[in-house]
Amino acid sequence: MSDCLNDHFAPQSVSRRDMLKVSLGTGGALFVAFGLPSLVKHFQTELNGHAPSLITQAKAETAPFAPNAFIRIAPDGQITLTMPYVEMGQGTYTSIPMLIAEELEVELGRVHLEHAPPNEKLYANPLLGVQATGNSNAIRGAWQPLRQAGAAARTMLVAAAAGRWKVDPATCRAQRGEVLHAPTGRRLPYGELVADAARMPVPDAVTLKEPKDFKLIGTPAKRLDLPAKINGTAIYGIDARPPGVKIATLAQSPAFGGRVKNVDDAAARAVKGVRQIVRLDDAVAVVADHMGAAKKGLAALKIEWDDGPHANLATADVVRELEQASLKPGAIAQNVGDADKALAGAARKVEAIYQVPFLAHATMEPMNCTVHVRNDECEIWIGNQAIARVQSMAAKAAGLPIEKVIVHNHLIGGGFGRRLEADGAVRAVEIAKHVDGPVKVVWTREEDIQHDMYRPYWFDRMSAGLDEKGRPVAWTNRFAGSSVIARCLPGGFNNGLDPDTTEGAIDLVYELPNFHVEYVRVEPPGIPTAFWRSVGPSHNVFVTESFMDELAGAAGQDPVAYRLALLDKTPRAKAVLALAAEKAGWGQKLPPRTGRGIAIQHAFASYMAMVAEVEVAKDGTVRVRRVVCAVDCGIAVNPDTIQAQVQSAAMFGITAALYGEIALKNGRVEQSNFDSYQLLRMNEAPSVDVHIVQNQEAPGGMGEAGTSVIVPAVANAIFAATGKRLRKMPVDTAALKEPT
Amino acid sequence: MAYTIKVNGKTHSVDVDDDTPLLWVLRDVLGMTGTKFGCGMALCGACTVHIDGVATRSCITPIDSVGSSAITTIEAIGATPAGANIQKAWLDREVPQCGYCQSGQIMSAAALLASNPKPTDSAIDDAMSGNICRCGTYVRIREAIKQAAATSGRQGG
Repeated sequence: MSDCLNDHFAPQSVSRRDMLKVSLGTGGALFVAFGLPSLVKHFQTELNGHAPSLITQAKAETAPFAPNAFIRIAPDGQITLTMPYVEMGQGTYTSIPMLIAEELEVELGRVHLEHAPPNEKLYANPLLGVQATGNSNAIRGAWQPLRQAGAAARTMLVAAAAGRWKVDPATCRAQRGEVLHAPTGRRLPYGELVADAARMPVPDAVTLKEPKDFKLIGTPAKRLDLPAKINGTAIYGIDARPPGVKIATLAQSPAFGGRVKNVDDAAARAVKGVRQIVRLDDAVAVVADHMGAAKKGLAALKIEWDDGPHANLATADVVRELEQASLKPGAIAQNVGDADKALAGAARKVEAIYQVPFLAHATMEPMNCTVHVRNDECEIWIGNQAIARVQSMAAKAAGLPIEKVIVHNHLIGGGFGRRLEADGAVRAVEIAKHVDGPVKVVWTREEDIQHDMYRPYWFDRMSAGLDEKGRPVAWTNRFAGSSVIARCLPGGFNNGLDPDTTEGAIDLVYELPNFHVEYVRVEPPGIPTAFWRSVGPSHNVFVTESFMDELAGAAGQDPVAYRLALLDKTPRAKAVLALAAEKAGWGQKLPPRTGRGIAIQHAFASYMAMVAEVEVAKDGTVRVRRVVCAVDCGIAVNPDTIQAQVQSAAMFGITAALYGEIALKNGRVEQSNFDSYQLLRMNEAPSVDVHIVQNQEAPGGMGEAGTSVIVPAVANAIFAATGKRLRKMPVDTAALKEPT
Repeated sequence: MAYTIKVNGKTHSVDVDDDTPLLWVLRDVLGMTGTKFGCGMALCGACTVHIDGVATRSCITPIDSVGSSAITTIEAIGATPAGANIQKAWLDREVPQCGYCQSGQIMSAAALLASNPKPTDSAIDDAMSGNICRCGTYVRIREAIKQAAATSGRQGG
């Protein structure tokens, strides 16, 4: 299992004053960098000598401080944004450029993008402290600094034009990529102002546009990455083809922690196109001219495994350990009032145990990484959410200094947290060290699913006390499971707690006067756990919103009315709940074995409520027919992307609710491909209506939120349809069969 | 052994084992990476190409079964009326997210439209349920197919 190297999770404020400097780079481009002064010096030094190495995907040298990003304007007027965030379907390659284009007064299509090279110092995510795209926070992290950078560049371009014309800058304005002197009608395009603008003083402060003046932000922008995605020209990591590349595929120890005992590779070597067999301590790879030969060679290998210390491990063993751990005190994640006392005095008590399973990511692009290890350096082609982590861990695996590892990032064919990890790059380097020339290591789907790093299994004990009117006067929750952050970003794990594992379990939107939540960290033996779409909330919101439904039931009240009565202090939450219920036709009669369920959350700085409408067949099969979502994510930068992300997240969550389960037996994952690890298909997909609340609040995250809300909405709808409360995911259809 | 295959109107000679899946000939031998690998078992549809106009999973199609059939991939589907129509609708409706499965989705949709210019919802389900989209773009895929069908109707099919 790989460990992440970074240990500084502590969120940094993005409000520190952004210094802004400009310089002319090679080719006369105007560079606008923002960050600390010493960093700017570094930019200037580096750009004078090696501009291309910094501004393309080539290696970047380590710098002393971290900015958020940088932009450049070429003499031909093209604006290039070096993107510290990676595109994996969430639309960030459009919404982030919108921020720059808005303040720079250019059309969105004028902003050209480049993947940022690995450099924690230059491109750290301001909300994570590491160079990573995750936690649905790209817009949140970029909202102020990127608009400020655009505004500052615009201010300097205007000043440059005013200087050329010898007029007051106040009489000039920027529009559509040029500066206009309104009184005389004179115009100069940005490209012609590049050299002069670079000599302009950096404004101490810039005025950002008022939301009422936004031309791009808040309008549905066409995504910049789509034209290449409809004709086969988009290049993902798996499409990298450096000259002379060989293709490898691999078998890793089926049991976690096992080792290769013996390999008979005679038959594999005889396969046409197979070039080499690479034996590692815990894996065997077949290197070939093409994947067809590599797979055929792999199938011909006779590998004897030593299954290692977890040879007998089964899911039940993990659950037993979690169950026992949940009986012991944990770290107190949040305490309000005196829940024990309130519970003791409650008119009625409700208790329940909830569980969620291990889950695989199953990105459509299987894990892959292309590596060329040369004598004194290593070059890597990959699509990854945390490119600097890839660089540092690959350097360690290759035994090279970090600056000798060149990483080319690519479009990502599905991330969902899987590609925040660098285990695949490390494995590919281990193989490539034995190969003369570049080698692309491609996981088969079976390897991808059986050697994923999994969304953790969690086990929750809930209890609540209601007063005589049914209102909750006490709420306690103690849950046990893995902390991904403790492994991956250990600096973020403090006093037995981390912000991800508890998100959605604490700081609930409801008025709960006596509230107590504890977390017990338990790492499953041998099973690597990792982030997953909506990680903490994917677990916690299922539990808290199902349990809230149970309380409504115990109180004999309507689930929507019950919740609304607890939301007076959180008007944004109340508004989305009411809107979702209204748009879904809450309360309207439905046929037998059909039901609606509702759920709400505040996570990733967005408020979201969903109503699921389900139909449960006589054999217990569940079909989600319709989803209605109301979302308040503050300013909706690209409303079309928000709608798309809600649609996407709903399908992702429904897949988890209906089918998602990674089960262990004999130390192995039982699922292997899309027949045993089922994903939602077209014929099962519901309609998804999205209603976006308009306001001027700061933007919240959207990539993951819907995944966690939909699961309890579905579970609550199943309860409404059948009277069966499902406290364990995925849905057990056997429990839902109509009694005969 | 050596095979001569016809891809997007061009003839290629390749020397691979007879059971080599067409997918790997396209991607690794010919360097046409638009066709994607997803599962290797015809479970996800990411590798869909047209063989004589029929949507086919290239990951389980051995090279020795192809013969002189015309293979069309995502790189050339825009040259067919149905393919161009589908691609336009895909952009108009902003269908792709990560985009990895979309080559296969477009190939399946183009084959559907070529054989059934006015597909019903259930015809869309039948034609498209073999293509998995992990990003869950199904709502927009359905809308885009309907748009493409409507457009081709206005153009007289």
